[in-house]
Amino acid sequence: MPRGSFRGGIHPPENKSSTSGLPIVAAQRPSKVVVLLNMGTGSALSSLVAKGDLVHKGQKIADPIGRFGVPSHSPVSGKVAAIGAVRTGLGTMDQAITIEPDGQDTLDESCVPVENADSLSPAEIVSIIREAGIVGMGGAQFPTHVKLTLPPNAKVDALLINGAECEPYLTADHRLMVERPEDVVRGTRILMKAIGVDRAVIGVEDNKPDAVEALQRAIASAAAAGTIDVVAVRTHYPQGSEKHLIKSVLGREVAPGCLPFSVGVVVNNVGTAVAVADRFDRGLPLIERVVTVTGSGVANPANIMMKVGTSAIELIEQCGGFVGDPGKIIFGGPMMGAAVPSAEAPTTRGTSGILVLDRAESRSFEPMPCIRCGRCVELCPMRLEPALLHQWSEARLWSEAEAYHALDCIECGVCSYECPSRRNLVQAIKYAKAEIGARRRAARERGDK
Amino acid sequence: MADSKLIVTPAPHIRGNIDTPSLMRDVVIALLPACLAGVYFFGGKALISLVAGVAGCVGAEFVFERMSKKPVTIGDWSAVVTGLLIAMVLPPHVPAWIVVLSGVFAIGIVKLLFGGLGYNVFNPALAGRAFATAAWSALAATGYIWPASAQGAAWARGIDAVTSATPLTLLKMGEIGGTSMSRFYMPLFLGNVAGSLGETSALALLIGAVYLLWRTHISLRIPMSYIITVAVVTALYGQDPLFHVLSGGLILGAFFMATDYVTSPINAKGQVIFGIGCGVLTALIRLFGGYPEGVAYSILIMNAAVPMIDRFARPKRFGEVKARA
Repeated sequence: MPRGSFRGGIHPPENKSSTSGLPIVAAQRPSKVVVLLNMGTGSALSSLVAKGDLVHKGQKIADPIGRFGVPSHSPVSGKVAAIGAVRTGLGTMDQAITIEPDGQDTLDESCVPVENADSLSPAEIVSIIREAGIVGMGGAQFPTHVKLTLPPNAKVDALLINGAECEPYLTADHRLMVERPEDVVRGTRILMKAIGVDRAVIGVEDNKPDAVEALQRAIASAAAAGTIDVVAVRTHYPQGSEKHLIKSVLGREVAPGCLPFSVGVVVNNVGTAVAVADRFDRGLPLIERVVTVTGSGVANPANIMMKVGTSAIELIEQCGGFVGDPGKIIFGGPMMGAAVPSAEAPTTRGTSGILVLDRAESRSFEPMPCIRCGRCVELCPMRLEPALLHQWSEARLWSEAEAYHALDCIECGVCSYECPSRRNLVQAIKYAKAEIGARRRAARERGDK
Repeated sequence: MADSKLIVTPAPHIRGNIDTPSLMRDVVIALLPACLAGVYFFGGKALISLVAGVAGCVGAEFVFERMSKKPVTIGDWSAVVTGLLIAMVLPPHVPAWIVVLSGVFAIGIVKLLFGGLGYNVFNPALAGRAFATAAWSALAATGYIWPASAQGAAWARGIDAVTSATPLTLLKMGEIGGTSMSRFYMPLFLGNVAGSLGETSALALLIGAVYLLWRTHISLRIPMSYIITVAVVTALYGQDPLFHVLSGGLILGAFFMATDYVTSPINAKGQVIFGIGCGVLTALIRLFGGYPEGVAYSILIMNAAVPMIDRFARPKRFGEVKARA
């Protein structure tokens, strides 16, 4: 196996050319922003403001309940118009703070750069990152400070910055690396300090040579050569999966059920590195992000620096609106993103793309019987047997599904993509994972009594 | 609030280009060179046989699915594949009605009764052949002929006494053997010998196999482990391994029947075990069994072992090897 790759996986049409060359543009002022009080990971937040309050841009407006969450900040200055249930991109009804911008963008006084960054302890850096509401920006929104808080016996020797952006269509990370490589490098250095390593590698798929070049120049001018490296890896889905990027860049395989620190690595997204740099150098919490608005159903695709919580439809309208009849609106990429039930759905800190597919491209297929061709087994990057897992899931044999390692599935969707019988393999495996998880929790609770 | 017009389905939202009907159609394309070779060597009767096989299979699938009020699935091309294969594994001069009935048995009993495409335990075409040879053993045995082009050829001298015997039958009966086997290599490779309709020409079969490999529809795991095992076991027994590889239904069986998705193991390790198992059984039947040839029965026996192989030959998960180190 060549360096820079892994076994299995696919290379779907990239469809990145319509936005990969377009500079990031500022978003138009949204008519409202919706800050969800429920993070992607399920932990809830409690509001610190009330309806009618005036808030500043960057002001903390919600605090997490429980250890795993991070606070939320107002992306704009304006008035709290409502606190109540809204429909999210996942179709659920969740509590949210809705803010109407006043157009002033008055910055909160708490938003000041960190002066003495170099003299801070790792714990102090981690705490600043947590307070800034920084989460993994690749889509999962896993709180960054949790990743940076290592168990005492962990031996970590490298930070890996994920610039693979392997999902088709998306170019948000690509543009960040090309336009703000200094901030990627700056954020990388802060993250290195937070986990106490003197080596970092930025992994970028080799379909972005301009990003590799820009990063190399930024590393040289920051005198970070030798400590931070850029490695071009094969353009191959799911290269951006944490475990697979570690394998490609460092040649290490994370054992089943283990986290990257077990092989001495912590992985963060390039977007996360930029968010860290924004907090330390500009005082800004995570209230903006780059989103790629693209697809056959959008008039003028673009990379937009948006306020988190802007609705999809307002961003699409900034791109000239719909072309033809939109069939699907997807938050994220086409392989792992979620089709949203409404164009009004609010974006989150994890929304890397808004992909609009026209009706023809949105057609779904009638599944045929499994012919056991083994393509899913051959191409599964976790080397599982999706066809058999689907069989166990359909028969509700959860212990079999567990014995066939359903919990190892990274939900990349390669199996469903390749299945000639168009079976919804990954969906069935996700269902089995949820059932196995619920059963384990129930068993634990019975044990507690 | 939700737009009723927006489609909400689970990821992934894009799909690859290869679907099951196109896969099956590619198998039909890959079988065509060997079908043409069969018609070239054995004449118009071979063409009638091929048509009869396809008609029997597609017709049976249509009629039985209509009768049981199930969706008609003849559009997925899998019955066409079975139909061609049935004609190809039967003798070229077998009466057409036997070919048709074999197809009806293959589709009606072996495929549809087990649940249709994807659910059958045994390779339908091979089970159809087993049915025919059991029900009309005498008819099937007299269906073998030597191509006209082989009659009187120098390398064939001394074997024309037994007109309907295949090379493997001649070997079994002791008519040929010893050190002069190499004279059969080229006729066997081209297909200029007696045998089942679609099995004689290794060349034509390999052209089709290369197409399937190029389209990544099959891998070399089953065919190579199968063929190498036959060569090794026959060589160990002191017979000419190349003669064994080129004769009978080995090339056809290894590339087109043992690789049948539905009735072979689903992962790489299992596929190699399956191929070796087929090879050992084929060699044992040829060397010690009552039949001169054993490809069909070997594959059918190994078909029955597939669920067990799938259960025990499991792939190593990502990170699993390192976990033990």
